[in-house]
Amino acid sequence: MAQSPGNTAIANDVVTDLVSDWSAEKEVFKVHWGKAMMWIFLLSDTFIFTSFLTGYMKVRISSTVPWPNASEIFALSFGGEPIPLILIAIMTFVLITSSGTMALAVNYGYRKDRMKTAVLLFITAGFGLMFVGMQAFEWTKLIVDEGVRPWGNPFGAAQFGASFFMITGFHGAHVSGGVAYLTYVAIGVLNGRYEKKGYDIVEIAGLYWHFVDLVWVFIFAFFYLW
Amino acid sequence: MAATPEEGQQHPLSIYIGIWLLLFVFSAFSYMVDYYQFQGYLRWNLILIFMMLKAGFIVAIFMHMAWERLALITAILLPPLALLVLIGMMSIEGDYTYLSRAEFFGVDEAPVVEHHHASGH
Repeated sequence: MAQSPGNTAIANDVVTDLVSDWSAEKEVFKVHWGKAMMWIFLLSDTFIFTSFLTGYMKVRISSTVPWPNASEIFALSFGGEPIPLILIAIMTFVLITSSGTMALAVNYGYRKDRMKTAVLLFITAGFGLMFVGMQAFEWTKLIVDEGVRPWGNPFGAAQFGASFFMITGFHGAHVSGGVAYLTYVAIGVLNGRYEKKGYDIVEIAGLYWHFVDLVWVFIFAFFYLW
Repeated sequence: MAATPEEGQQHPLSIYIGIWLLLFVFSAFSYMVDYYQFQGYLRWNLILIFMMLKAGFIVAIFMHMAWERLALITAILLPPLALLVLIGMMSIEGDYTYLSRAEFFGVDEAPVVEHHHASGH
């Protein structure tokens, strides 16, 4: 602490200590600053999604009316018998596939293979679009054909609609945002925007994308399968 | 294999492709839980096991957490433990709300015992 006499000097030292303590914090994680910030953002997002899922759990436990059977509601028929939950299964595989291409993009990014990185990023964004498209189809089917609303539905507990639109809507918004983000990064890679800055941006965008896939793992388990 | 900040995270492609395949297999398994209509504790346990396996591999390998320093791992993975408190409290609260509703308004068709475990079927 301050050893110099005089109130002003002591106050200055205290402020200097405060500033140096906080500015020294940038050394804590020893990774690219953008990566540390992305992780902290994803941590906050974890809290948001868990709060949604916990709210869903709470209304589902509290309901005295039977919860609608997701297996039947999300069944699709391709001409024959309806296959239970098939659309959601396909969406899950699409998202996992996009996570795989994303992981490869990060790898080729650090090898500075711009062409392969950009192509893989575009493919990843394409799978993201495919996912959002199927989600739009699912929402349309539920709202228009089945009459599911946030305040009620023909299948059972009224809270089903509110939970469904809130949770999958928020996740779908994340996927859509991710598609825009990946497209922006892919164009930058093609243009050589990261040649000097380094290709950490691809890994950082990848963290976001894998997180979106991660959240879907939990939604798939708790909302669709439970 | 430990990566320096300058080089970023670089690992053999085979690791990613292997994990990718594993995620496909686990997803297929969790879909099978529904397709073959496993019920009760078997269903819930299988769902949770496949979910945790998938989540673990995505975070550890795809998001590179397995190769990060402890400072980052603890900063990101420890705070979510607080959420377990929220989940625990809300499940107790949910049971309380359910029992109050059952007491005062009655139950619509669903067996009481089933509902204690948040079963929808």
